[in-house]
Amino acid sequence: MELYSLTIHELRELLKKREVSALEVTKSYLERIKEVEPKIDALVTITEDFALQKAKEADEKIKKGEDTALTGIPVIIKDNISTEGIKTTCSSKMLENYIPPYNATVVEKLLEEGVIILGKSNLDEFAMGSSTENSAFKTTKNPWDLSRVPGGSSGGSAAAIAADEAAFALGSDTGGSIRQPASLCGVVGMKPTYGLVSRYGLVAFASSLDQIGPFTKDVTDCAIVLNTIIGHDPKDSTSLKIDKPDYTSYLKEDIKGLRIGVAKEFFGEGIEEGVKETVQESIKVLQNLGAEIIDISIPYVEYALPAYYIIASAEASSNLARYDGIRYGHIAEKYEDLIDMYMVTRSEGFGKEVKRRIMLGTYALSSGYYDAYYKKALKVRTLIKNDFEKAFEKCDVIIGPTSPTVAFKIGERANDPLAMYLADIYTVSVNIAGLPGISIPCGLSDGLPVGLQIIGRHFEEGKILNVAYAFEQANKFNAKPQAIGVQDNEVRSSDWLRGPCRTFDREQNLL
Amino acid sequence: MIGLEVHAELLTESKIFCSCTTKFGGEPNTHVCPVCLGLPGTLPVLNKKVVEYAVRAGLALNCTIANFSKMDRKNYFYPDLPKAYQISQYDLPLCSNGYVEIEVDGKVKKIGIKRIHIEEDAGKLLHENTDGSLVDYNRAGVPLIEIVSEPDMSTPEEAYQYLTKLKSILEYTEVSDCKMQEGSLRVDTNVSVRPVGSTELGTKIELKNLNSFKAVQKALEYEIKRQVKVLEEGGTIVQETRRWNESKGITEPMRTKEEAHDYRYFPEPDLVPIIVTDEWKEEIRKSLPEMPHHKRERFIAEYGLPEYDAKIITSSKKMADFFEKCVLEYDSPKAVSNWLMGEFSRLMNETGKEIDEVPVTPQMLAKLLKLIDNGVISGSIAKTVFEEMFGTGKEPEVVVEEKGLKQIANENELREIIKKVIAENPKSVEDYKNGKEKAMGFLVGQVMKATKGKANPQLTNQILKEELSK
Repeated sequence: MELYSLTIHELRELLKKREVSALEVTKSYLERIKEVEPKIDALVTITEDFALQKAKEADEKIKKGEDTALTGIPVIIKDNISTEGIKTTCSSKMLENYIPPYNATVVEKLLEEGVIILGKSNLDEFAMGSSTENSAFKTTKNPWDLSRVPGGSSGGSAAAIAADEAAFALGSDTGGSIRQPASLCGVVGMKPTYGLVSRYGLVAFASSLDQIGPFTKDVTDCAIVLNTIIGHDPKDSTSLKIDKPDYTSYLKEDIKGLRIGVAKEFFGEGIEEGVKETVQESIKVLQNLGAEIIDISIPYVEYALPAYYIIASAEASSNLARYDGIRYGHIAEKYEDLIDMYMVTRSEGFGKEVKRRIMLGTYALSSGYYDAYYKKALKVRTLIKNDFEKAFEKCDVIIGPTSPTVAFKIGERANDPLAMYLADIYTVSVNIAGLPGISIPCGLSDGLPVGLQIIGRHFEEGKILNVAYAFEQANKFNAKPQAIGVQDNEVRSSDWLRGPCRTFDREQNLL
Repeated sequence: MIGLEVHAELLTESKIFCSCTTKFGGEPNTHVCPVCLGLPGTLPVLNKKVVEYAVRAGLALNCTIANFSKMDRKNYFYPDLPKAYQISQYDLPLCSNGYVEIEVDGKVKKIGIKRIHIEEDAGKLLHENTDGSLVDYNRAGVPLIEIVSEPDMSTPEEAYQYLTKLKSILEYTEVSDCKMQEGSLRVDTNVSVRPVGSTELGTKIELKNLNSFKAVQKALEYEIKRQVKVLEEGGTIVQETRRWNESKGITEPMRTKEEAHDYRYFPEPDLVPIIVTDEWKEEIRKSLPEMPHHKRERFIAEYGLPEYDAKIITSSKKMADFFEKCVLEYDSPKAVSNWLMGEFSRLMNETGKEIDEVPVTPQMLAKLLKLIDNGVISGSIAKTVFEEMFGTGKEPEVVVEEKGLKQIANENELREIIKKVIAENPKSVEDYKNGKEKAMGFLVGQVMKATKGKANPQLTNQILKEELSK
């Protein structure tokens, strides 16, 4: 058993007992990164020296007995989260050489606990995309099948965890950017309630929707990381003051009597048969555990995607206006005057998808169109919030598939933005309503992971974790991606069975 | 019809969305942090003091204070704007529906205040470099209030009076120091003309680059004449923004309506709505100081000042405070008021200094006035002494001592000088004796000349008469 394949809580046990040092753990991960990165391309920056130094400090901490749950645990941070002295590129040419002079609040919190930053992960430029193909630097591959995308926009973080490049990772989720890649890469990914985790230092895409969250190897780890990163931040006015719960206290197998809502809208057109079957079988697992399954409806959810693309693009058009070549980032070499400098700088610095959204958003906010687009989208937002509120009168959590499909082929949707946008069809409404949602692996379809999405009421991450944990215990997902060490075509034959109840021993699938 | 938009920087210690200082000056880009530089990932947090100061201004200007208001983004590109949007307020301003009263030709007129909203200031472009421009972001994020009047003014004089009154109220409430030369008060104006009797609004022109209240008045006078001329010649006014060219004394086209920005306002998602509870509002109301018109009435009643004096003295709170402190030490209000409106104001105008920048304290002025009363110096010498105090901050008795300005009040000494003057001016003595009263004045002048103005005037008169009647 390699150290890099362990979970946070497993590593924690070893570190606490001093059976391994943080330095050994860190070195194990750095070795792993060197081994798999050439195939996966999950990382934009590897911070080896910084990591080794932090590992030594963590060992000091442990020696002095000042260690906490995350001391000495290696992490990978999505490259749109500000890290002092470490490049934060947003996978954009615009910020290719930008080094922030400050840490995001979440990074500050992790560093205080003695977490070891191994590197920064690839993303769709400025978090706009569902496949990580929109990165200006590299295309990250899905560790389950290198010809497929890892999802996006936090595809680098998701792939890194699936390939054991870190014990956990941070991502950001504006319309599904944590949950969808978690689903496609077979890892756990949570988008907390809007306002639970400080956004200070997260490079803004759509301010009213963005939220930072963790990628982990299991549900327990998700609770552990959540414990550290949440909480009110005086630097973020939209972060809420709530009593900090201990999320690990929700990790119970008992869900008897819990009401689980299943919305028919989440099984509509475009869903793959394999995904549908896997999720339906997962629902049966929960039913067998004693949960009550209730049919619900969220009628306005069909307007969630268009409303999302108006609101998110409108905010993005404003948030990305600051990249004008004046203070930092890319600047045009040749230009005639100020306006020309702006135009050349932004034409060169931004990729196709970013430009598309800036134009969309600028149009939606323009005088004469504001009422027809932006204002109407806000109304839809209210209707969707109301829908969820009504639904939550009948149930405690809502479940369904995270993504309508398993990982698709690289290039398959790259030139079809609408097809790409549909990848987020089940996740955007959660951001629109500001709710918490998790994606946990629930089985394989054609050898590729399927994610189960569990949505909760505002600030009821605990209940989500309870359901997720109960499911995980009943339905161990021990499959590991094969594409890194083994020829993928062979593995994806009949050996790999469809369905949530098939489990695999880790030993059988060692890479 | 004239409407004014006034931007005033608020006197808070720190900026509107971060803890950087708001101090004027400083080496370029030293009063900055990731937030006011708009670095990727940073977020604004609203300074509560900014809301408090804006509410103070709103209450002093008789506005309705919104219990619920919000911030919006105003999007436009300019190098001095770090985020390429200004956080401002659009449809739900903090204060609305207020007014100020001005006096024109002895009549009181109410000028409506449409709204007051809070927003952040931008940085400043420095054009000293020949290869291009530099930007100083020290000012970026300094809190501003924008006070928008109704188009209730009909003459440039009314606009001038409105600005004077507005400035005085903002200074009184201590929300802004209103220094136009430091840019802490900035004025834009909208003006349109229409035929007498017409109720239809004319096309409005916006005027910018107005660096003083006098410039506002002059620019409006010019612009009204220009518009009337265009219309009389059968032309039409095109909606546009024009800039005042101070040296040429004319307004010049700046941009047309077509070139105007579409600011794409939308609610600022990084901030939560601003809630002003009734309790908070009342607390702020109670903390408001005495307003200029109340103070004026009190000065008339309490100090027996003529209305004119009271108005001038109370037009600035600092002046009024100076006056009251001085009167505490020297109980002759009219004399103090004469000095403040006379020498004091003259020198302030000449040097462009505000009263709190002048080294003369109320106690020092009181001492000077006592020196006159005690016959140590004459009234005219006092002016010389004051000028020295104004420039150096020295105490009056020190100035008198150093410059040897003590009055000659020694009778024998003065009599010797007068005798000499009489001996040297037989013609004037003759004229005086022949009943020409004017000759007396000439002789007094000669005595003053001989003593460099130090002769005690009463004593000089008395001795001269005695000697002439001998």
